[in-house]
Amino acid sequence: MATVYFDAATRRYTKDGPPAVDAVTLDIDDGEFLVLVGPSGCGKSTTLRMLAGLEPVDDGRILVDGHDQKGVRPRDRDIAMVFQSYALYPNMTAAQNMAFALDNSGVPKAETRSRVEEAARILELGDLLDRKPGQLSGGQRQRVAMGRAIVRQPKVFCMDEPLSNLDAKLRVSTRSQIAGLQRRLGVTTVYVTHDQVEAMTMGHRVAVLRDGRLQQVASPEELYDRPVNTFVAAFIGSPAITLVEAPVREGRADVHGVPVALDREVAAGAGDRVVVGLRPESWRLVGADEPDALELTVELVEALGSESFVYGRRPGAGEGDDERVTIKTEKRAGVEVGETVRVRPVDGEAHVFDAASGERLAG
Amino acid sequence: MSGLAHGAEAASHRSRGMTVAGYVAMVLVLLVVAVPLFWIVITSLKERQDIYVRPAQWFPQPGTTANYHDVTTRIPFLDYFRNSLVITLVLSASKIVLGVISAYALSLLRFPGRGLVFLVVIAALMVPNQITVISNYALVAQLGWRNTFQGIIVPLAGVAFGTFLMRNQFLSLPGEIIEAARLDGAGPLKLLWRVVLPMSWPTLVAFSLITVVNEWNEYLWPFLMSDDERTAPLPVGLTLLQNNDGVTNWGPVMAGTVLAMLPVLVLFLVLQRQMIKGLTAGAVKS
Repeated sequence: MATVYFDAATRRYTKDGPPAVDAVTLDIDDGEFLVLVGPSGCGKSTTLRMLAGLEPVDDGRILVDGHDQKGVRPRDRDIAMVFQSYALYPNMTAAQNMAFALDNSGVPKAETRSRVEEAARILELGDLLDRKPGQLSGGQRQRVAMGRAIVRQPKVFCMDEPLSNLDAKLRVSTRSQIAGLQRRLGVTTVYVTHDQVEAMTMGHRVAVLRDGRLQQVASPEELYDRPVNTFVAAFIGSPAITLVEAPVREGRADVHGVPVALDREVAAGAGDRVVVGLRPESWRLVGADEPDALELTVELVEALGSESFVYGRRPGAGEGDDERVTIKTEKRAGVEVGETVRVRPVDGEAHVFDAASGERLAG
Repeated sequence: MSGLAHGAEAASHRSRGMTVAGYVAMVLVLLVVAVPLFWIVITSLKERQDIYVRPAQWFPQPGTTANYHDVTTRIPFLDYFRNSLVITLVLSASKIVLGVISAYALSLLRFPGRGLVFLVVIAALMVPNQITVISNYALVAQLGWRNTFQGIIVPLAGVAFGTFLMRNQFLSLPGEIIEAARLDGAGPLKLLWRVVLPMSWPTLVAFSLITVVNEWNEYLWPFLMSDDERTAPLPVGLTLLQNNDGVTNWGPVMAGTVLAMLPVLVLFLVLQRQMIKGLTAGAVKS
């Protein structure tokens, strides 16, 4: 168990190009479960591989328990990794796969066996220990890969999208298993994913990366409630937040003709234009007699059973996705495609960002 | 509906046509390979006067094993056989070890000039053996290594082909497994022995088989290096057999050839199973 500290860690694949990981500074507590999330190509896997010692750190440092890891070989870092492809040794049985690292570090046979059996018990792999990876299903291989990390009792777990090769149902159950396991073992864990549901449900804190730069590190709730910029706001939340660029007049933003009141300090900091972000649940359907409502033509209704999402567009708006407004409604929306509905933002739930920089305006 | 049935019928006609063509091709290839082999075997079983008769005899009448007796008594067959074994085993072992180790270095270790070294190895592959024969001969003769095993073995132990083949095989392995092994604390030799080689088994077996067959059949260099049964391998020994008579007696030569082929044939049958086993094990890997 250990703390991990990224100190302006940078990785450049080419001399002239932009860095794949750009001065990431990140403090991870002992026993913390930190999720690195971002779109593909944002540098999250590279960041993880730098920690594991599989990629060099070109600038900055990475400290594990206060020790600089520069020049420390991957095998000497005491970090266990779970790969996206599981990377099991095809010629060894499940038990041999798990025992390999312990054999290499000279752990006595008896202890190796008991540790492997313990891991197999936790992961319910008891009957499968003598099978080779080729005879295991995807979910079973995933658990062997987890077992291989667990038996080492390492300082840090690195997990690189370990669930992305599983089917949807298995992914949900394994998700909670991994989170539960991490709580039980208390091993510091860095978990990479592009799946925001995994990010929001598994970690103590979530770090959002974009183009190699850290955007925000916060608890899932904070990330959802107070995104620091439009990128984080748009990335976190499904369906995505609706972002509207709006002119500011007399302390109000004009969202397609509907006035949205701004906090005083927000209004003071805003120029004459802002970006207003409204999540699907921050809208409500209103009747025909209410003033200051937005008229939308319904394009799509997603009835998920417990709730429905209505996607609408203003009459005369462009075709782009950014012109679309998403509204969450009750179980049965009672809305048909092609119909015209009237909606209003819920007071006080608007996120306001600077129109030029996309940064959140205080408030 | 009927259109569909027609289509299916046409398709089955086509596939039957392909099957027939496939069998015809197989039979042709079999004939090209098997007829000379068959001819060697029956000639080795014929009496001397039957070898040259026209029209050719396709079955020896009467059959005789005298040629086999001849070849094992008229020349020191067992000595040549032992020499062949020694040369093939030592050469194959060193080629396989050198090939695997150099390929490992050129694919999985990082060091400056790696690309250049590989280029030089490839360049060595482009040079025909016959070109280096004269300079090698001068060097080895100067060392006083004529009629010695090291004189035959050392100049042949270079392995551009094996390095090339195994390097490409190692590079085709999933990088994540190599990384997993490094994180699991496997040192270079353990990584090679426990992880890389088991996954490369089919290629290694193919490479070994090619090497063994090549060394067993090696002719030119041993022929230049050795004069007699102290070091000459079987193919050279058979040549001596040929020259002993004024007129070549093909019966014993063919008998010797059959005996020389047998070990390689057995080895091939054994390793072939390994090769197929390895191939399927690799297929279900990911």
